[in-house]
Amino acid sequence: MLEGYLPILVFLGVGTFIGAAAIAIGFILGPHRPDSEKLSPYECGFEAFEDTRMKFDVRYYLVAILFIIFDLEIAFLFPWAVVLAEIGIVGLMAMAVFLGILVVGFIYEWKKGALEWE
Amino acid sequence: MEAITNFLVSFPTEFPVLWILVRIVVIVLPLMLAVAYFTYAERKIIGYMQVRLGPNRVGPKGWLQPIADAVKLMFKEIIIPSGANKFLFVLAPMLALGPALAAWAVLPFDDGMVLTDINAGLLYILALTSVAVYGVIIAGWVSNSKYAFLGAIRSAAQIVSYEIAMGFALVGVLVAAGSLNLSDIVRAQEGGLLHWFWLPLLPLFVIYFISGVAETNRAPFDVAEGESEIVAGFHVEYSGMTFAVFFLAEYANMILISALTALMFLGGWLSPFQGSFMESWFTWVPGIIWFFLKILIFGFLFLWFRATFPRYRYDQIMRLGWKVFIPITIVWILVVAVAVVYKFPIWFD
Repeated sequence: MLEGYLPILVFLGVGTFIGAAAIAIGFILGPHRPDSEKLSPYECGFEAFEDTRMKFDVRYYLVAILFIIFDLEIAFLFPWAVVLAEIGIVGLMAMAVFLGILVVGFIYEWKKGALEWE
Repeated sequence: MEAITNFLVSFPTEFPVLWILVRIVVIVLPLMLAVAYFTYAERKIIGYMQVRLGPNRVGPKGWLQPIADAVKLMFKEIIIPSGANKFLFVLAPMLALGPALAAWAVLPFDDGMVLTDINAGLLYILALTSVAVYGVIIAGWVSNSKYAFLGAIRSAAQIVSYEIAMGFALVGVLVAAGSLNLSDIVRAQEGGLLHWFWLPLLPLFVIYFISGVAETNRAPFDVAEGESEIVAGFHVEYSGMTFAVFFLAEYANMILISALTALMFLGGWLSPFQGSFMESWFTWVPGIIWFFLKILIFGFLFLWFRATFPRYRYDQIMRLGWKVFIPITIVWILVVAVAVVYKFPIWFD
């Protein structure tokens, strides 16, 4: 049963190795002549004005939270979707109620303006 | 002679891991070549769309251009900016490329022609495409550069937003196919052009592909690297091969999205003429050819979009993802579910 997952493990290793090998080649073949100007962060030719770790809009954070909720819903829908043909109308009704609650929450956040970006 | 034959026959059982490696190489080498020539195709096709020739100097008609680019990038200095975390800075591009390649482990090229035929294939795909966002976030955060940071948070918010629409579209496919296994999803579409899922799941099909474009940060959703605003976005500090790996990851992801769309909505390796009077004319065409042709269609669309559409504004992107795609997908999941439960002909009986 689980031996089908061995190729996936190997493939993940190969995928990472290809990236690592490419970067290693770059380090070996490329020149290495650092100076302080070259290593400073890019800012259109100016000295950096302030710290990079600046404040950013809270809406990005809000999107991340909403994403967790909706992604969880998708995780719940996956097993239901696979067996829907067997569980029939009862399963459909149960999920309709579940999706109904989700939609109420979605409408609430919409009306609250959580999805507005001006 | 007999010894060689015996060795070849017993090889898969004697050295299972080596045999897996051989098959992986058979998938990855053509894939890397396809990625390289996809970049060439992009420059050529967009060139012709803009009435210019595109690359035509290196080799006949510029065919060696991707090779020349790769060699050039190998000999470029890798600059790790001061204040960057060296380990994470180098790790980020690997995190972007690894999943884009590893997802091919469960993609069936033809009936039975798949590296590993696991029953949770689609779940694995969903998990891997989610990992790709870490590469972007880490790259933007550890670069210690304002442009990279802005690009990364924009890009991350955009990717997770469209991942929801993508996930809901996947649920629609699952409902229709009744299986997480990608080969079974293709087999559920047997019966010719009109039996493929693009027709009963048309809104999900369109949403899935557009979300795929947004997910790979491609035009017209490429604000994450909007040149005119934040230079190159999250990979502004990357140079040489570290940049090249990000670049490869972007194109590998485009091919992956094209292949997934072809599998889930255009019947993967199935012939479009199944069930029609032309079926017997095309029985000699192997399924893998049909699959590659379908991938080419979507690959071409990616390039066509880039040449045609102006860049979306960021608030428009977020509005499209949250306020248009998510409501449509939720409604259509219910429509498909009802159709499946009541065995609606011709797709679900």
